[in-house]
Amino acid sequence: MSGLRRAFKDVMQFPTAVVGLLIIFTLVLLSIYTIVTIPYSEAIRLWRGGEEVWGDNPRAVPPAWTNLFRQQKLPESVVLTDESELVGKQMTAMSDGMTDVLLEYTFDYNYDAFPRDLIVFYTAKYESLAPYVAMFWVTPDGREIRLGDFTSRPSQTYRFDQDDRLMRRLRGIQPQVALFDDPEVDGEQPLRGTYTLRVEALLFEADADLDAKFVLYGQVHGLAGTDHRRRDLSVALLWGIPLALSFGLLGALGTSILSMFIAAIGVWFGGVLDELIQRITEVNMLLPTLPILIMVGTFQSRSIWAMLGWIIALSIFGGAVKGYRAIFLQVKEAPYIEAAKAYGAGNARIITLYLIPRIIPVLIPNLVNGIPGFVFLEAALAVLGLGDPVLPTWGKLINDAHSQGALYNGQYYWILQPTVLLMLTGLAFAMVGFALDRVFNPRLREV
Amino acid sequence: MTDKILLSVEDLVLHFRTSKGDVRAVDGVNFRLGRDEAVVVLGESGCGKTSLAKAILRLLPKNVSTYSGRVYLNGEDVMQLSDEQYRRQVRWLRMSMVPQAAMNSLNPVMKVGDQVAEPCIIHNGLNKEQALAQASKMFQHVGVPLDFLHRYAFELSGGMRQRVAIAMSLVTSPDLIVLDEPTSALDVLTQANIFNVLKGIKSELGISFILITHDIATSSELANSVAVMYAGQIVETSDAHRFFHEPLHPYSQKLMASVPRLRGHQEPDFITGQPPSLLFPPTGCRFAERCTKRFDRCSQEPPITEQDGRLVKCWLYS
Repeated sequence: MSGLRRAFKDVMQFPTAVVGLLIIFTLVLLSIYTIVTIPYSEAIRLWRGGEEVWGDNPRAVPPAWTNLFRQQKLPESVVLTDESELVGKQMTAMSDGMTDVLLEYTFDYNYDAFPRDLIVFYTAKYESLAPYVAMFWVTPDGREIRLGDFTSRPSQTYRFDQDDRLMRRLRGIQPQVALFDDPEVDGEQPLRGTYTLRVEALLFEADADLDAKFVLYGQVHGLAGTDHRRRDLSVALLWGIPLALSFGLLGALGTSILSMFIAAIGVWFGGVLDELIQRITEVNMLLPTLPILIMVGTFQSRSIWAMLGWIIALSIFGGAVKGYRAIFLQVKEAPYIEAAKAYGAGNARIITLYLIPRIIPVLIPNLVNGIPGFVFLEAALAVLGLGDPVLPTWGKLINDAHSQGALYNGQYYWILQPTVLLMLTGLAFAMVGFALDRVFNPRLREV
Repeated sequence: MTDKILLSVEDLVLHFRTSKGDVRAVDGVNFRLGRDEAVVVLGESGCGKTSLAKAILRLLPKNVSTYSGRVYLNGEDVMQLSDEQYRRQVRWLRMSMVPQAAMNSLNPVMKVGDQVAEPCIIHNGLNKEQALAQASKMFQHVGVPLDFLHRYAFELSGGMRQRVAIAMSLVTSPDLIVLDEPTSALDVLTQANIFNVLKGIKSELGISFILITHDIATSSELANSVAVMYAGQIVETSDAHRFFHEPLHPYSQKLMASVPRLRGHQEPDFITGQPPSLLFPPTGCRFAERCTKRFDRCSQEPPITEQDGRLVKCWLYS
């Protein structure tokens, strides 16, 4: 234990290791936060969800913080439902069982660009007589613009830009531009201030009711932006952390420990077994891993855990076996191994207590340095379209971005965010790994 | 008579296979060792002394071509046991060994106390605490401070490591210990210390030794009897007292003459030539080539002759 503490102290002498450990620590904290706040099944549901989950998000827009670097601030989305405080709902009973409903949606708009889209979703409750709805738009300078009026069905969507009569009234200009345009300024320039959407409805039945949700689709969204299916990228970026870390760690642990055992067993028992292991390793090293994984993904399963299993299975008989074998061959001839044999230590005891501890100093840096390799491999598979079909990972984001032509459309955020996270992860483990190598590898230790 | 005999080796043969042919490292060895006795095995390097130790303890490398003969331990022929039986019943429980370069026979990643306790855990079925208690008892016998139990081998001096290796061979309280050059690579003072430790063990614990050494002078204090090995064969066995005063075999005489004397003006002598290759040992007396007293009959294999209770393999005495 004191040895471990000393090793830790030694590692902390390297500033790169401290930075790397901090990054890893942050990533681990974020993973725990992610797993607690968005459970596994919830993550899958969200990521596979369509319009019913993500309908209120704009399509493929950059994250909100990009406004910090813009002179022209882009609008964020505004979603107002009956529950919001900014919405006033008044119901006035009239004669003949009729009710007058007044809904007022008030919001501030202080941006330099126009929204993407304007939609009101109505849900009406009635038996036979549908409510009559009329809508009005009030600008900050007090102009009132009449929008559409219609008889609402139980579920009715009013899209501003598909109302032909409104378009005619606005002289053919798109409503999301015309309704926000400042008339005092030439050209298109949004007017800042408080806007109000007024909905006046007339219910014809005593039990009838009308609710509405107003959505102003902005041009930026959330912490991470959205993709072509309106999904919030932060879900995938966050869930990418535990998936990448666990994939990398399990992959590196699995391959290095299994190859270590294989090498140890081969060296210790020698003879035919060693020959067999060596030949299997040599043949296996010639096999191209990626095409095999592509075949597995195509014919068997694209589950990330199945892939992990195949990757481990394909890499345990790899170069590591050769490397560890070289060290074991040296250790095997040490006098203390002969002494152990003499006083009757069995094969299992010698392998676990005498051979393997000698390889730990080489194994630990190898293991840490190996983690990014598996993280990148997972991303590479996902980019090639062999990612897990249900789980959101960084590689899948890049794959989506690529297939949607994100860079061609200037949606840099879509590719850059997962890439930066991948690079950070790789960098962190590499920095820690180098320091560990310096501490544990006697050949690199400074005298 | 027989119940006083602890170990009896008869016609022990151990040959190794090499690309050039068989190496006859141990070629028909006979000797006996009584209870509470120490036998010193002398001889030049490459005479098969270490191979003899390995043959007795059945610690064989992979390239053995012939391994035969009989080894009686307390009257039981242990050569009849299978390897696994031998490992479980004999090695370390009844005979143990301090290997050559014992200083390096400690696991660098284990605390020495744990390692000394290992044989007890393996053979006596003790748990770790009991085994450690046993180990600390042995540390006291060999004169290692008890706080060394929790140190690693690299933290110990050469002499201490040697003592730890001896403690490791004692820990299962065997009847017999084979010490293979326990004092090589140690300074003279430490050598003397180690021999004192061995003497103490012999008198306190009543353990028999087979002591393989080049250190003729120091070993004379410990030895009850002496066996001289040459080219894979024992050429003389004798009680220690008479051997050190009057060795019989010409090789033994030369060997004794090579030891520097503290008193007197005798120059240390040396033996010309080298021991013969064990690949193709000469026919007849194997020492004849280097012997100053050789005569015609030396071209034939000499018989083992008894001379006042001492055995010698030389034509001079038959």
